[in-house]
Amino acid sequence: MRLIAENLSGERGGEAVFTGIGFALEDGQSLVVTGPNGSGKSTLLRVIAGLLPHASGRIMVEGGGEEFSTVAAACHYLGHQNAMKAALTVNENLAFWRDFSGDGKLGIADALEEVGLGGLGHLPFGYLSTGQKRRAAIAKLLISHRPVWLLDEPTSGLDKASDVRFADLMKAHCSAGGIIVAATHLPLGLVGVKTLEMGRVHV
Amino acid sequence: MLALYLRDVRMGIRAGGGALTGVLFFLAVIVTIPFGVGPDLNLLARIGPAILWIGALLASLLGLDRLFQADREDGSLDLLVLNSDRHMLALTVFVKCLAHWTASVLPLVIAAPLLGLLMNMSLLGIGAAALTLLVGTPAIVFIGAAGAAVTVALQRGGLLISVLVLPLVIPVLIFGVTASYGAVNDPDPFTPPFMILCALSMFLAVIGPLAAAVALRSGTD
Repeated sequence: MRLIAENLSGERGGEAVFTGIGFALEDGQSLVVTGPNGSGKSTLLRVIAGLLPHASGRIMVEGGGEEFSTVAAACHYLGHQNAMKAALTVNENLAFWRDFSGDGKLGIADALEEVGLGGLGHLPFGYLSTGQKRRAAIAKLLISHRPVWLLDEPTSGLDKASDVRFADLMKAHCSAGGIIVAATHLPLGLVGVKTLEMGRVHV
Repeated sequence: MLALYLRDVRMGIRAGGGALTGVLFFLAVIVTIPFGVGPDLNLLARIGPAILWIGALLASLLGLDRLFQADREDGSLDLLVLNSDRHMLALTVFVKCLAHWTASVLPLVIAAPLLGLLMNMSLLGIGAAALTLLVGTPAIVFIGAAGAAVTVALQRGGLLISVLVLPLVIPVLIFGVTASYGAVNDPDPFTPPFMILCALSMFLAVIGPLAAAVALRSGTD
């Protein structure tokens, strides 16, 4: 499948944050969005996901078939927040998202093992450290299948070992034909990626 | 969808707050009324259904601001909106409303007969008031969801929701109280206002979630 953006522009509160963004990603390709604070990286990801309206241009997926006919249906969105409930255990949180978003290749225990949280599933999510919370949120990407991953600062709060582990997960996703769009300041350890440098804010 | 229902009910019960604060507020309202009105048993019995309804109405408005705000703060709301191709957003809202009703409002309905005793109501009157509350309170939650969705981005939106929603739930209050009175006062009818109350609940069960879904979709930022 292909993820295509043409001449995309987005705005916040009536002010244009970015204009004329375009890219096309095939199966297995990834795009890293970089740029200074306020250059519109998060806004771009939210526009791609359809959580914010785009001021002009268009964004679409091609060849996703019936199940992944729109970008919203085809993507996982990992934002700044982890979308997990502090009062529920990690297992309960993940079980909910699996039931709600659909099954993936991995079960909950396996997904936790992949992110290095094996055996911690019984703990309330609120008890985890910042990095562990982030890893539990990353496990959410694995338990339901979506071809497109939209990642907003995915590695914030992760230690070096988890960074490497997450890079492996992203490589595995790409080599299985997935598409990744990631906004980040930190190198993600991906090879052969396209990059998109967002400009400064036009004040 | 069942998973969403179970999660929200579990949150409502486990996080402490939701269910219990509503009941405590309800209790506080009902217990203070006899002190204010005085020990006139006939008067208390006469105003009992109305007081029960007003207390339950205010108590169920109390927790509404958390309906979407909690999900918005931790980012879950984004994912619920994103999944709207698989689960229609209005249906998601509907299920969240049902869960909220089960966790926070159903305890009020269960507590109402006990509190009715404090108002010196007859057994039949208590039964009628509890039944009308059971049928009528979902309407409050459904229309409240629309208010909660509109104010989801506001930090202190709780009072604003009450102000927005209160005029819209007045018909529910009127028909609920009228039906409760109809059950005990002989010439007054019970069935017609009760049926209208049922109709209001069903009507708002459709309109409320649809309106809330539209508000949530345009409110993401």
